[in-house]
Amino acid sequence: MDITLQNVVFIIVAIFISVFSVLTVTTKKIMRSVTYLLFVLLGTAAIYFLLGYTFLGAVQIMVYAGGVVVLLVFSIFLTKADENLNIGIKIKKVLPILLTVLIGGGLIFFIIFTHNFLPMASTDAIEELNMKTIGFALVGGGKNQYILPFEAIGVLLLACIIGGLLIARKR
Amino acid sequence: MEYTILILLLPAIMFIFLGLAGHKLKPKIAGIFGTISLGIVTLLSLITAWEYFTSPRVNGVFEKIIPFNIEWLRLGEFLHIDIGILLDPISVMMLVVISLVSFMVHLYSMGYMHGEKGFQRYYAFLSLFTFSMLGLVVATNIFQTYIFWELVGVSSYLLIGFYYTKPSAIAASKKAFIVTRFADLGFLIGILVLSFYGQTFGFIDLMGGNSDLALQGAAQKSFLGIGVLSWALGLMFIGAAGKSAMFPLHIWLPDAMEGPTPVSALIHAATMVVAGVYLVARMFPLYIVYAPGVLEIIACVGAFTALFAAIIACVQTDIKRVLAFSTISQIGFMMVALGVSTSMDAHGGLGYMASMFHLFTHAMFKALLFLGAGSIIHAVHSNEMKDMGGLRKHMPITHITFLIACLAIAGIPPFSGFFSKDEILAAAFKFSPMMGWVMTVIAGITAFYMFRLYYNIFWAKEAKHEHKPHESGFSMTIPLMVLALITCVAGFIPFGHFITANGLVYDIHLETSVALLSVGVAIISILIATIFYRKETQPIPEMLASKFRFIHKSAYKRFYIDEVYQFITHKVIFACISTPIAWFDRHIVDGFMNLMATATQKLSYLIRNFQSGRVQQYAYVFLLGIVVIVGLILLIL
Amino acid sequence: MGVELYLVISTIMLCAGIYGFLIRKNTLAMLISVELILNAADINFAVFNKFLFPNQLEGHFFTLFAIGIVAAETAIAIAIIINIYRNVQSLDVDKIDKMKH
Repeated sequence: MDITLQNVVFIIVAIFISVFSVLTVTTKKIMRSVTYLLFVLLGTAAIYFLLGYTFLGAVQIMVYAGGVVVLLVFSIFLTKADENLNIGIKIKKVLPILLTVLIGGGLIFFIIFTHNFLPMASTDAIEELNMKTIGFALVGGGKNQYILPFEAIGVLLLACIIGGLLIARKR
Repeated sequence: MEYTILILLLPAIMFIFLGLAGHKLKPKIAGIFGTISLGIVTLLSLITAWEYFTSPRVNGVFEKIIPFNIEWLRLGEFLHIDIGILLDPISVMMLVVISLVSFMVHLYSMGYMHGEKGFQRYYAFLSLFTFSMLGLVVATNIFQTYIFWELVGVSSYLLIGFYYTKPSAIAASKKAFIVTRFADLGFLIGILVLSFYGQTFGFIDLMGGNSDLALQGAAQKSFLGIGVLSWALGLMFIGAAGKSAMFPLHIWLPDAMEGPTPVSALIHAATMVVAGVYLVARMFPLYIVYAPGVLEIIACVGAFTALFAAIIACVQTDIKRVLAFSTISQIGFMMVALGVSTSMDAHGGLGYMASMFHLFTHAMFKALLFLGAGSIIHAVHSNEMKDMGGLRKHMPITHITFLIACLAIAGIPPFSGFFSKDEILAAAFKFSPMMGWVMTVIAGITAFYMFRLYYNIFWAKEAKHEHKPHESGFSMTIPLMVLALITCVAGFIPFGHFITANGLVYDIHLETSVALLSVGVAIISILIATIFYRKETQPIPEMLASKFRFIHKSAYKRFYIDEVYQFITHKVIFACISTPIAWFDRHIVDGFMNLMATATQKLSYLIRNFQSGRVQQYAYVFLLGIVVIVGLILLIL
Repeated sequence: MGVELYLVISTIMLCAGIYGFLIRKNTLAMLISVELILNAADINFAVFNKFLFPNQLEGHFFTLFAIGIVAAETAIAIAIIINIYRNVQSLDVDKIDKMKH
């Protein structure tokens, strides 16, 4: 692997994501957990940028980092969630879970490194995805165009707004 | 004659009414309701009898009329169970007997049961019994008979156990129910066999009707060397024997005396216990044609029972027990009379007529005896002879009517028992001299024990009473007088004009030799009883009792039949059969079930954790499954 | 720099998410873990699209829609969690068993 700027950035991002992913699920305070999650999501956005999907990265930052994380933070404020998260978690229970997860991860790694991927695009020359292309694909009705899922998502979000209001409102 | 349906419906309605609403009424009003409805029923029965027996004869016989019939249950192409009313000479005669005696008992109970707890319930049960008994006799088919037969058994059970706080009454009611139920099994199998071959339940069809051909075909078939129809009719006789307390199924009747005395008069003397006789009489044409052998058995069983019960009656000290054994003995007479009939014509069928005649007269005078005994018990508050004696001065009406009944049962002219018993003896002599002599001796014993009873109650030594016994009230003495009157005149009814085996008119004529013989024997027996028991001290019976202590004791203990039953049921059936079965049931059958239950429970405890409702556990299992499956796939590929 | 390295990142994220989902007792923390899992899947879609099928945009749009759905899912989940919290005064997943009995 050459030491290009891109690779350096990738490695930094990779380490960043990996470390904060693990921290997210091991930290004691839930507020910290959310913060680490925010970092992971930002790192993911960075991955999208690296891949050239700038629009996707922007959406990731807006929706995830801006929406979901804020929602989580507010819900933490609304609930009495300042206890130690690791209370009541015993080593006896953790060990089999950890072992299973590690074995599962090992299996995935095994598959990844034994499977022969056939890269069709050069990874070096990453070109940015055109915004216009995205727009046409998103609201077009032809082949490989996505007006129908787009509409469906719209309806789904509306249903979610109504459902969320209905569930959370005070009686 | 459609109004006959009312005869059945009125008691049924009264049962439902008194049973459901009785406790809201005053006892007296409930009693009056029951009595009035029975009065109407009696009136209707008498009208029915009048209308039936004055209607013109066809070919010299009374026609069989079915005024009401509905198909109740269809079982196949041929078999269907109907509910209806069949009027023929014997059923009309039974209607009169039952409603009359029942009416008398209703009236009598107003006085006798006065102030008893459950007075309304008592009347409800009486109505139920009357309804079932009437339904039994007017049944158009054998299955209807069976249904009402069981209903009669139930109401008998209820009435015997009327004093349900007394353990002995409960035991007696259970005994009566179980013993008769056991016998009814034979009846049911008999019905099924007969209807299978006859392809009908209906009496009219069975007797000279459409199923003649089928029955004649069946007469050829046999099972274990005995014809199937003999089997069927023999099994039916077992049912009849159970209901009519024939040896060895008689054990329930003496115990049934635990019930109120009017009930004993109605059920266990006059009506229900003769149901067996009625059944045999009902099936008589079939017995004659297809199972003459069974008839002979019936005669032998009847004669043995009559003798056996008469001997026991001589030594019992409980007056109701004496009457109970006397009833058994007299029913034995009726059975003998049916059994010695050899053909349907006037000559051979004399016994049939005599049996029905005796049934009629016996119902009257035995009801009278029981009601009289009830009156006595009411006065002295005891069933034992030793608490009585010398009552003739205190209870004149009871005394006279009781004496009339005793004379009637002893067979002294001109009382009714003489005429009917004479016909039975004549029929028995025709059958075989041996049978005739045996029956004459039994008749003598009958006279002896009845007068032993009479003298011990009304003469002999007066027992000390806490308060002076007095004559019963009018509601009790009127039935006594009515029944006594009937007993006096019933013998002059030209019974042969109404009921004979073949339906043709038969003029009863006394056979002088038989009549003289029976009257002579009766008078001698009465004289012996007079000598033995009239005096205040009774040296001769005591001497005889001590001399023949063994016989006396065993007769007093009813020849240990109850003990034999006790032994068989407890030591043989319970110990040898029931206990192993119970063990098998408890340990093997139940054990198997318990094992299954335990296994299921254990397994459930094991797998209940699968359904803990904890999301994270589910997720973990899910993950584990995925890992295992992926691992396996990788291994295989 | 091949596709494998990207997948390694997403795998680590996925495993962390699964671990957190199984180990946390707090429902909000479990929800955070779910976000991690979904995010890992999103990365995979994008990566596969980019490296294996560069001429099409299926993975890209799938990720886009998934982000939308995740937002909706989170909103509903948080509404439910807060509602439960109001009723049982707790966020412990093992204590939310009122509907069980």
